[in-house]
Amino acid sequence: MTNKAQIEIRTSPHAHSGADVVQIMRTVALTLLPLAGWGVWRYGLSAALLLLTTLLGCLLAERLFNRLRGQPSSLGDWSAVITGLLLGLSLPPGFPLWMGLVAAFAAIGLGKALFGGLGMNPFNPALVGRAFVQAAFPAAITTWTPALFDGRFTNPVPSTLAWPFLRPADISPWLHERAVDGFTGATPLALMKYEGQSIPLTDLLMGGGAGSIGEAALLILVCGLFLAFKRMLDWRIPLSIMASTALFAWLAQLFDPSAPGPLIMLCSGGLMLGAWFMATDMVGSPMTSLGVLIYGVLIGFVTEMIRLFGGLGEGVMYAILLGNAAAPLIDQWTQPRVFGAAKAKARKSA
Amino acid sequence: MFSLTQLFGRSTFSHGIHPPEHKAETAQRPIRRMPFPQQLVLPLNQHIGKPAVACVKKGQEVVRGEPIAEADSYVSVPLHAPATGRIRGIELMPSARGPRTPSILLDVYESATQEVLWGCERDLDSLSPEQLIQAVRETGMVGLGGAAFPSHVKLTPPTDHAVDTLVVNGCECEPYLTCDHRMMLEWTDALLLGTRIAMRCLGVAQAVIGVEDNKLDAVDAIAARIQPGSGISVKAVPTKYPQGAEKMLIKSVLNREVPPGGIPAQIGVVVNNVGTLSMLGRLLPKGEGLIERVVSVVGPGVERPGNYLVPIGTPVGFVLEQAGHEGRKSEIILGGPMMGTAVPSLDTPITKGTSGVLVLNEPAIDTESRLRSWPCIRCGRCLEACPMHLNPSMLGQLAAKREYEQMGEQYHLMDCFECGCCSYSCPSNIPLVQYFRIAKSILREKP
Ligand code: SF4
Ligand code: SF4
Repeated sequence: MTNKAQIEIRTSPHAHSGADVVQIMRTVALTLLPLAGWGVWRYGLSAALLLLTTLLGCLLAERLFNRLRGQPSSLGDWSAVITGLLLGLSLPPGFPLWMGLVAAFAAIGLGKALFGGLGMNPFNPALVGRAFVQAAFPAAITTWTPALFDGRFTNPVPSTLAWPFLRPADISPWLHERAVDGFTGATPLALMKYEGQSIPLTDLLMGGGAGSIGEAALLILVCGLFLAFKRMLDWRIPLSIMASTALFAWLAQLFDPSAPGPLIMLCSGGLMLGAWFMATDMVGSPMTSLGVLIYGVLIGFVTEMIRLFGGLGEGVMYAILLGNAAAPLIDQWTQPRVFGAAKAKARKSA
Repeated sequence: MFSLTQLFGRSTFSHGIHPPEHKAETAQRPIRRMPFPQQLVLPLNQHIGKPAVACVKKGQEVVRGEPIAEADSYVSVPLHAPATGRIRGIELMPSARGPRTPSILLDVYESATQEVLWGCERDLDSLSPEQLIQAVRETGMVGLGGAAFPSHVKLTPPTDHAVDTLVVNGCECEPYLTCDHRMMLEWTDALLLGTRIAMRCLGVAQAVIGVEDNKLDAVDAIAARIQPGSGISVKAVPTKYPQGAEKMLIKSVLNREVPPGGIPAQIGVVVNNVGTLSMLGRLLPKGEGLIERVVSVVGPGVERPGNYLVPIGTPVGFVLEQAGHEGRKSEIILGGPMMGTAVPSLDTPITKGTSGVLVLNEPAIDTESRLRSWPCIRCGRCLEACPMHLNPSMLGQLAAKREYEQMGEQYHLMDCFECGCCSYSCPSNIPLVQYFRIAKSILREKP
């Protein structure tokens, strides 16, 4: 028979779904690995080194800020791993490693620790890190290298190992040496926008000739769907971003037939990575069912506007940051109707 | 989120959760009588409202069924002796409701036949609704689903509302519990009699028995016994928690919504539990008191799980001895896992409102993720689970900041009925319901 010491007292509910933050974070982090692997295959040693740098940089920064704030280590929650991988995936393959480290510290420090750690960060930390280096190193972040060039596993892109605080060397002679056919260093979007060239769709789906490490629309879709299926991301967010981006692109094309069409808009740049893995960051996105739809449409719309009218080829990053900023307000506006509330009004007025 | 059942047929409320049901172990086991313990502990406050007042003295002999405490006000019911024996005294004893409460202790005569020796047979058809309600009150009947609200009060809704429908709650949506299921199957006629009595008390022509669709055998059994023209119907509703919450069930079977802060009578409905009505159907014709009830004794820690007819006042420890219990570290819960109360003492008695004794033992209660909580990651799962459409995440954050007033005014804290769906779903394992209980009690105390 049980004696007194062995009786546990807890409050209801005594059952739990078993859902667990750590498990969610770990699954998301592991789901990014195929993307990272594919990026490394396409871009070689430089991509591998950069991903490692951002990953380790984020872990290091997380631990450091824990120390400074006198908290226990929060590395176990895997969220810094996600940030590190996402950050690396959103950078160009030949991005200097030291700048990658700066980006990692900006991501964790400015994007997360400043606001109080896990769950408190209004913006996606990886995007904060990327926005920071976009502003700090505008040249390096728009220097693209071709995919699948020869010797990519033995020789890193020269800019990768640039000395800290020195301007990385111009890599055009190096590019020329590789003699990559027709490589202009422009991203597919820029090609469309400034040179009126179109890019084969297969390139876009598998990761374009030039772009960030993690730009492989098809693979992102597969990984994202897997997470959505496991209920670890809210599928309504990528769906509404994709649908609205496509819709606005289609509308834009009605007015100006030379504008990129829906498919190109969807598959190019960071849109897919952003829609599936960054905008869906639970902390920075709204919580109500109507709210996430508004949020998605807002991001789609801003992306399209920046891509069409802005000076930057890439609008997703800013669009999502803006979406993050709007999320609390969107939540406020879309508070669910309390059960029975509307009926009560109707009866009163009746 | 849309659900298939909403699209294709059975209507229900939105949100809610689907915890594992764990009903298979006991759903097929017929109700069996449990023997009497040596001593019964009978708290005087087994119902919501004013505690009953003892009308027996220490040393007095009582026969089974005899009243031993009287109702003390309108919201109060009498208490009857569950066994023939001698009153040992009136003392403070542990109870499921928290602090020790005044209870009548009854030493059971071992050699007694334990026949019910007290009652007054009645011809129910000749009674007026008022007399019927009085008869209900004399049985000491309370809601057996767990709330323990005196039945005669429930069957007398405020006269400023026109009640047109009786909804009978046969959902039993808490995991593990199957006592209502067994009563629907085995006491079908008593249930229908109880339903007719309740309809007459309320003066309504329509009654709907709502049963979750994991108990279709009960639906069939009831449907087969319903007399045509009785105004009673049975309706299967989707299985999900908390389908058995009054407001949810009314939404599911009648598609009416009780306004926030309101009561079902406002929209013309009174809800009673199937267990309550079947027990009424058994007791009223003989004019007996409520002295025993069906209790599901279940859980991974129980060796012979089943549904037992247990004398009121039986200590939980005795129930577990009878049903067999592995003596490991356990959580002993009166009621179901979602809304039941864990008890600190094996001396705690079964009362009128105890629907189950659930024993959760290691490792079910000891996983690491259950012991640690993380910050809210705003995943929104609690919003998707809350049947009242509240924002538990926001409420939780406000609770942490002690902004109780804002919780009440802006985020409808008082509409939370502590169903636990939010805590159940939260991957950060934040004790949301616990926060809300505290916040509610603080707000209630404020002038
Ligand atoms: S306990 Fe309250 S807040 Fe949580 S799901 Fe139930 S009603 Fe909603
Ligand atoms: S379920 Fe928990 S972690 Fe998710 S939003 Fe609600 S409180 Fe936050």
